[in-house]
Amino acid sequence: MAVTTTDTPAEVTWIHASRGWSIPDLGELWRFRELLYFLVWRDVKVRYKQTALGAAWAILQPFATMLVFSLFFGRLARMPSDGVPYPVFAFAALVPWTFFANGLTLSTQSLVLSQNLLKKVYFPRLAIPLAAVLSGGVDLALAMGVLAGMLAFYGIAPGAEALWIVPLLLLALATSLGVGLWLSALNVRYRDVGYVVPFLVQLWLFATPIAYPSSLLAEPWRTVYGINPMVGVVEGFRWALLGTGAAPGGALALSSLAAAALLVGGAFHFRRLERTFADVV
Amino acid sequence: MSEIAVRVEGLGKRFRVARARRPTMLREALVEGLRAAGGRLAGRRAAAEEECFWALRDVSFEVPRGEAVGIVGGNGAGKSTLLKILSRITEPTEGDAWIHGRVGSLLEVGTGFHAELTGRENTYLNGAILGMKRAEIDRKFDEIVAFAGVERFIDTPVKHYSSGMYLRLAFAVAAHLEPEILVVDEVLAVGDAAFQKKCLGRMEDVAREGRTVLFVSHNMDAVQRLCSRCVLLDGGRVAAAGDSASVVARYLARGVGRHGAGAWIDLGAAGRSGSGEVRFLAARHLSPGRAAGGAAFPGGPLRFDLALHSDADREVGSLAVSLRTPGGTTLIDADILAKGETVALRAGRNELSIQIEDLPLNPGVYVAGLWAGHAFGAAYDHLESAFEVEVVPARVEGLDRVFTPGGGLVPCRFGVLTGGEGEAARRAAGGGGWSR
Repeated sequence: MAVTTTDTPAEVTWIHASRGWSIPDLGELWRFRELLYFLVWRDVKVRYKQTALGAAWAILQPFATMLVFSLFFGRLARMPSDGVPYPVFAFAALVPWTFFANGLTLSTQSLVLSQNLLKKVYFPRLAIPLAAVLSGGVDLALAMGVLAGMLAFYGIAPGAEALWIVPLLLLALATSLGVGLWLSALNVRYRDVGYVVPFLVQLWLFATPIAYPSSLLAEPWRTVYGINPMVGVVEGFRWALLGTGAAPGGALALSSLAAAALLVGGAFHFRRLERTFADVV
Repeated sequence: MSEIAVRVEGLGKRFRVARARRPTMLREALVEGLRAAGGRLAGRRAAAEEECFWALRDVSFEVPRGEAVGIVGGNGAGKSTLLKILSRITEPTEGDAWIHGRVGSLLEVGTGFHAELTGRENTYLNGAILGMKRAEIDRKFDEIVAFAGVERFIDTPVKHYSSGMYLRLAFAVAAHLEPEILVVDEVLAVGDAAFQKKCLGRMEDVAREGRTVLFVSHNMDAVQRLCSRCVLLDGGRVAAAGDSASVVARYLARGVGRHGAGAWIDLGAAGRSGSGEVRFLAARHLSPGRAAGGAAFPGGPLRFDLALHSDADREVGSLAVSLRTPGGTTLIDADILAKGETVALRAGRNELSIQIEDLPLNPGVYVAGLWAGHAFGAAYDHLESAFEVEVVPARVEGLDRVFTPGGGLVPCRFGVLTGGEGEAARRAAGGGGWSR
């Protein structure tokens, strides 16, 4: 569907059947950026309305997980933690992980939860799962604040590498959105996907070095491990903030490639299914 | 600048109803997929999905810039599908449409309203969803709130709103959308009569401002008032297109058959009371004039043909057809008793007719009741709700016989008083005359 950007009467919309694969229309998404903003804002506003703890939930989830991991893996199992105290070792990984996992869960459900919008209004459908992932940004910021507090508590002062967390968070976002695009579009037709997600997130948690360091693996495998994009994110976080050993360069590169493949594939898959959303949902 | 705002050519939309159910569980889809692949390997073709259903087929029309065009048709005629395609919510299966200008579509009011958010927050969210820019909403915000009349509650979550307030706010946001082409579907079918009237007034303003409007509604009165031209859809195809009055007349003529004008209605299963010595077997109603397909219209004649069974020869002193509103207010009771006449029935089947000459009813649906009984006595047979009668607008095909400027049909004696007491009374009443 071709649309020109101007608001002049010359604007022409051509409506026709599109077939096969086509390129996701990012220009269209950009034109609807205000709607995207409002969708994110709505998700953030609504999430903790009528909850007793409110935004504390954003922190509680990774923090409680950190406590459990510290007790069982750190204290009882004596899991190595690359020379930093185990609680901060786990929490530095749990912060980006929680952002990823919540984004994945929310975006998968997002289209089905917005089915009324899908059936009644036109706008780029991409905005819905994207808004779901982005709305986790507020929770992330709060959790980052707690992480900063923990670093101070343990007397860890990160250097200039700390700036790396920005691209690392983008990598987590891309992974979350990439998987979210695949699953949300599938979920429109097959609601099973909704049941698969909690299970998937759980498996993925253990397939990512959160409770343990990837230094447990020997080298070519440690780099190959980066095929899981969250490996690059988590190990990158630890390196940037905790100064654990050498930069995970190889794994990070592989993770970036994997995330890009997920995202691009997801976007095309989404574009292909999006034209049937209103009919199927 | 193009003269045509919307051009539709050969538009079609197919839905698959194949195999009664399509797999909605992943497991079924996988099994189906494997089976289809296996079949293909074995040289068999997958079962042809012949069960296709065209919600829309070969639809072509043009809407000139600045014109309001109505889309009418029965349920399932494809109206909503057409609007969804033109609103880009769903894609057509075939054909093309070109839309020249910014489209705003209202397929529902309050789309995207969130119960937990306040009126203010929902106004912004809903505005953005309908395609308004933030600056535009900022500018119109006060106007929207005033139109909805919810100033005091604007910072209250809408879940605490009454349904009326909720609808008013939802419509107010929608009403301030200013696209070049407005696509509206059944939005008026919500709210009470006063609210609907307000909405309709707003729509008329929009149409009068010279904006292009595509309007789908079951309200034939509204369609005729808003739209100069109409497209009639039937079974997904364009059945007629042209000026509103003639298209609406065609639509109503179709609808009449379904509502039973001219067709005998079996009363065997109708709820009834009475001794049963006389029983109504069947009835039909029709307007003896051919116009409007035999349907009743204001001021026109309406005949009821009745078939009755009597268990013996008898004189019946009271035989009546009544018409009342669905709400239960009786408006007409045409009883032979009032004329002092009697009807002689033979044992067995009898047929007779009662004709109302100048039907004093406005367009709408009424409930007919039937009565047969002794004069001043018990009922032989009484059907409180025998069947429905639809009265269609007389405007169609120029049938206006009764001069009813405001639509009122109840006759009354009135005159204009000048000077003296009349003048004083008129001034006290606000000095107004009649607005029409």
